Amino acid sequence: MNPKHLLGAALLALTGPAALAADAVAATQKQPLNLTAIGMFFVFVVATMGITYWAASRTKSTADFYTAGGGISGFQNGLAIAGDYMSAATLLGLSAMTFSKGLDGFIYAIGFFVGWPVILFLMAERLRNLGKFTFADIASYRLDQGTIRTFAAFGSLTVVCFYLIVQMVGAGQLIKLLFGLDYATAVVVVGVLMVIYVTFGGMIATTWVQIIKACLMLFGGTVLLYLSLGEFGFSLEAVAKKAVDVHKDGIKIMGPGSLMADPVTAVSLSLGLVFGTAGLPHIMMRFFTVPNAKEARKSVFVASGCIGYFFMVVCALGLIAVVIVGTNPDFYEGGNTAGKMIGGGNMPVMHLAKAVGGNLFLGFMSAVAFATILAVVSGLALAGASAIAHDIYARVICKGTASETQEMRVSKIATIGLGVVAVLLGILFEKQNIAFLVGLTFGIAASTNFPILILSMYWKGLTTRGALLGGLVGLVSAVTFVVLSKAVWVVVLGNKEALFPYEQPALFSMPLAFFFTWLFSVTDSSARATTDKAGFDDQYVRSQTGIGAASASAH
Amino acid sequence: MSAEIYKRVRANPRFSELEGKRSRFAYLLTAIVMLTYYGMMMLVAFAPEVLRTPISEGGMLTIGVPIGAAIIIGSWLLTGWFVSRSNGEFDQINNEIIREASK
Repeated sequence: MNPKHLLGAALLALTGPAALAADAVAATQKQPLNLTAIGMFFVFVVATMGITYWAASRTKSTADFYTAGGGISGFQNGLAIAGDYMSAATLLGLSAMTFSKGLDGFIYAIGFFVGWPVILFLMAERLRNLGKFTFADIASYRLDQGTIRTFAAFGSLTVVCFYLIVQMVGAGQLIKLLFGLDYATAVVVVGVLMVIYVTFGGMIATTWVQIIKACLMLFGGTVLLYLSLGEFGFSLEAVAKKAVDVHKDGIKIMGPGSLMADPVTAVSLSLGLVFGTAGLPHIMMRFFTVPNAKEARKSVFVASGCIGYFFMVVCALGLIAVVIVGTNPDFYEGGNTAGKMIGGGNMPVMHLAKAVGGNLFLGFMSAVAFATILAVVSGLALAGASAIAHDIYARVICKGTASETQEMRVSKIATIGLGVVAVLLGILFEKQNIAFLVGLTFGIAASTNFPILILSMYWKGLTTRGALLGGLVGLVSAVTFVVLSKAVWVVVLGNKEALFPYEQPALFSMPLAFFFTWLFSVTDSSARATTDKAGFDDQYVRSQTGIGAASASAH
Repeated sequence: MSAEIYKRVRANPRFSELEGKRSRFAYLLTAIVMLTYYGMMMLVAFAPEVLRTPISEGGMLTIGVPIGAAIIIGSWLLTGWFVSRSNGEFDQINNEIIREASK
């Protein structure tokens, strides 16, 4: 198992260390029909449809549609952000990683976590004070609207589309595993529900779907931990003792192993995770849904608390599964505990749910895991729709003259369009190896969106030319590195050896983006550059004080 | 919002005091989180045996477990500190600045 493949592990629903050795989005074996899980998922869908119906009556303006009118509280928003993080991938992938690699899985989880505090310290407040609806609002605040807004909107759309493919393929594989249904069923169900949530309920429905899912996930994880730890008299030491006894790596699982052996890989990976997350459009837009900077800060505090707690629970579950699942022949093909686990390497936590909570609890956890994908794709679709309708249509094409009704209509058409594209791509990519898309998504977010965003907020000298050319360098280098890496160069293109030895390009593409943004900015002596720099002082005061920031609309 | 009000805020010495204090605080906390995390990653890369030390004599849990948990809980507490100071002390100064500027 190689650390280069790890990014995929925590991000993709389907990938666990076992599957990763071969490819990141492993094809799964269809399991027998699980009616309990399907029933529980149906309850979730009915409940969220009720919420969408309610949300539709409150979604009247574009502000309601894009940002829930700024009416989400810090606590609610914190849960929604946590929901974006507590994906099916973290539940299945992270526990599977601890199951097979022990402490390494936990160390990996920490790298995934530490980005949050940093985003809060450096960005949350300014994001809230400067942004209105989209990331492009901030990027183009004082730069040339036509150029930078278009570029930023396409940056968002690229990330959204790649991430949608990843989630769609994940949904298709997961449904075979957890519900025993067909791949195509999942892709169509997810696509249709996503379009309904977003077009009718906008940001209000999208946020509440995410909040409900986050609560179910926290509840399920806690109950599972309580039940399974109870079998060891609530002593983690007792679990560790037994786990060391039965694990094939013995005592080694309690210390750092092979996973993080190469520091360059580990650093590049954590850079990609931390700054890629900060550059994901569907995460950034969550900061615009709260009424002010105070609530934005609170939401990060709540989110970090939930995420940190959940990660620790999931890692503990992985270790417990070593003892309970790893020694039970019922969970292995042919009853051979040294052989293949039924359903593949990502299943330890699901088998654990069955072992300690029976079929009913397994059904619950399966339904929650699948609901997760639904919540994430809805956020993605909304982010994509706002980039098309708000940035490209209303601001760039109509130059601000479009009416509210026209903009709303375009955003709904855009959502439906994204839904159709997502379903088609999901089906098209069923048999493809898409591991590289995860590295690509985070690489582009970290090396294109993030540098423009952070420099526009922190550096007066940034000019339109610098942002555009530097952003392009980030984009081209991230794509190039990923193409030359193993995931594309070897696996997809069939070459013998990768020209770029790491899967996550951030460590290399981010400095390139920053350097060229700086270079093309300081050498820029155009009239536009003077305007760009002159705009900084006012922007700075607004980012610090919130004077002039979009405030919550009254309901 | 007119550029006038931004000009008045910039002229207020309390604004530079606020931004200085707040930025220093934010950078300090960022540095603490980053140094602890990358410090641990360096241990993992160059001295993994340190993290394999058992917590208690004959026990199986290693100090890697509480150290990892401490990083997660510690950085969460730092976010709590940041939020309480920002939402209290800093926001108060901020509100005064806004009040003075909009007079």
